[in-house]
Amino acid sequence: MPPRHLIDPHAHFHWSGSRHDFARYNASRLRAGDAIGIEMHVASILGSWGRNSPTYFASPDDVVAGNDAMYAIADDVPTRVRSFVHVNPNHTEHALREIARGVARGAIGVKLSASRRADDPLVDPIAAEAGKRGMPVLHHIWQHRQREWGMQEASDAIELVRLARRHPGTNFILAHIGGGGDWAHTINVVRDVPNVFPDTSGSGVDRGMLDAYLAALGPQRLLWASDLTICTGLAKLQALEVIGMPQDDLDDVCWRNAVRIFPPLSLGLTT
Amino acid sequence: MSHETFPVDVSAWIGAYPFREVPHPDADVLVRVLQREGIAQAWVGSLPSAWHRDPAPSNTWLYAQLAPHADLLRPSPTVRPDWPGWEQLLDEAVARGAPSVRVYPMQLGIGATSPVMAALASACAHRGLVLQLTVRFEDLRQRHPMDGAADLTAAHIRAVVRSESRLQVIVSGAGRDLIEETHWSLTPSEQVRCFWDWAWVWGPPEDHLEHLFRTVGAARFVFGGFWPMRLIQGPLATISLSSALLPGVTTTSAGEISGRARIVVR
Repeated sequence: MPPRHLIDPHAHFHWSGSRHDFARYNASRLRAGDAIGIEMHVASILGSWGRNSPTYFASPDDVVAGNDAMYAIADDVPTRVRSFVHVNPNHTEHALREIARGVARGAIGVKLSASRRADDPLVDPIAAEAGKRGMPVLHHIWQHRQREWGMQEASDAIELVRLARRHPGTNFILAHIGGGGDWAHTINVVRDVPNVFPDTSGSGVDRGMLDAYLAALGPQRLLWASDLTICTGLAKLQALEVIGMPQDDLDDVCWRNAVRIFPPLSLGLTT
Repeated sequence: MSHETFPVDVSAWIGAYPFREVPHPDADVLVRVLQREGIAQAWVGSLPSAWHRDPAPSNTWLYAQLAPHADLLRPSPTVRPDWPGWEQLLDEAVARGAPSVRVYPMQLGIGATSPVMAALASACAHRGLVLQLTVRFEDLRQRHPMDGAADLTAAHIRAVVRSESRLQVIVSGAGRDLIEETHWSLTPSEQVRCFWDWAWVWGPPEDHLEHLFRTVGAARFVFGGFWPMRLIQGPLATISLSSALLPGVTTTSAGEISGRARIVVR
């Protein structure tokens, strides 16, 4: 039995400043989302996606331009798209101003990519601001980061949990357990940290991954999501249905947990 | 989200994976998965044999495991072409009704232009066997420190395709980049003997599969589910979403590829 609703809390769009076929890409996301039943894409644009400044180290100008493009898309399809405000914590004052501007433009969450290690003190004011405003922080995560990787200052679950423990009043979405690295490493790190919610997104569709997370965390800590690949999102949605989850549990993973951690009524649903 | 149905899954394995726990990688479970997904048959290899020095014992185990399900699961044994007596494994594969054999050059440390790969290509073609190659079992970013094999390279694939004009090749687990690099480095007569599954190809919103269907052609693709390593729903979901962009497109069946391989022998 399918979930009663479907929210994608980890989505992305493109714009004219990031790739030439942005219109095709965005239309494909919405079309595929409609096909599988996504009622709301909660999405971000990471600056120029590398065109003018690095994707994970977006310049302040690119952050602003990408966010503006994101808000414009949400304005165009207000019934299906909500925005994260993406910030670069290396520019603290700019990031805090951008959060305030984003909230005024309808943003309902804060997106952090890999501009600064998650446990760095520079991230604290952003986490605190998000918590104060009742918005979750979606943090890009490398599952079991064992070394530095180029063009990013990636964090893993250990580093995100250090931040989450310092900000117990803020909810954190741990990005894409299927998005690269060893998803098995993350499970035990986040098991007892109730304000960290792993999302299922990423191109990885390893058998055993969903089962392991559900067994360790339960259905109220996991968020179904797609990130860059709606195709693997559909595969994981179908797998959740096949493993025989009770309807309430499936609803938790597919939409109700998102409704709980985003600002009240921001997704048009109640629990 | 309707899509074409697939009578055969060419990319399945049974047996334990050496580097992490994979849930119940057993023949009877695979049968239930295929029935659930409406797939009539699978070509099945031995998963641990990719890391064994001598694959013969694993092949014996594979034949025994598949025997109770002979109408659904067809053996695709492993061959190591730099190991004494490898030709006998091919003869046994033919005797056992195998449509294909599998080789893992990266796990064996066999170079792209090694003469043993050319010898294997010739021997497979002579016996009417399809040769199957696997790009990877897991994403490079998550592998166990002892799992040092790199992904299969385009150089390996094009060398084996070029080495034997009668050989039919199926490559499992490639992404868009490897498919394009390989396909466009082959002549037209070579391209039509090389087939790909799309278990690791992205669908919407990047739409890599739709792009590949438009460029290299849907006929170059055959269904592979990559069970038990990955959710078999993956490639089914990808094509169901991609088919909306290209209605009526059909891929090649495993039976057709196997038939082409056997025609060469007759």
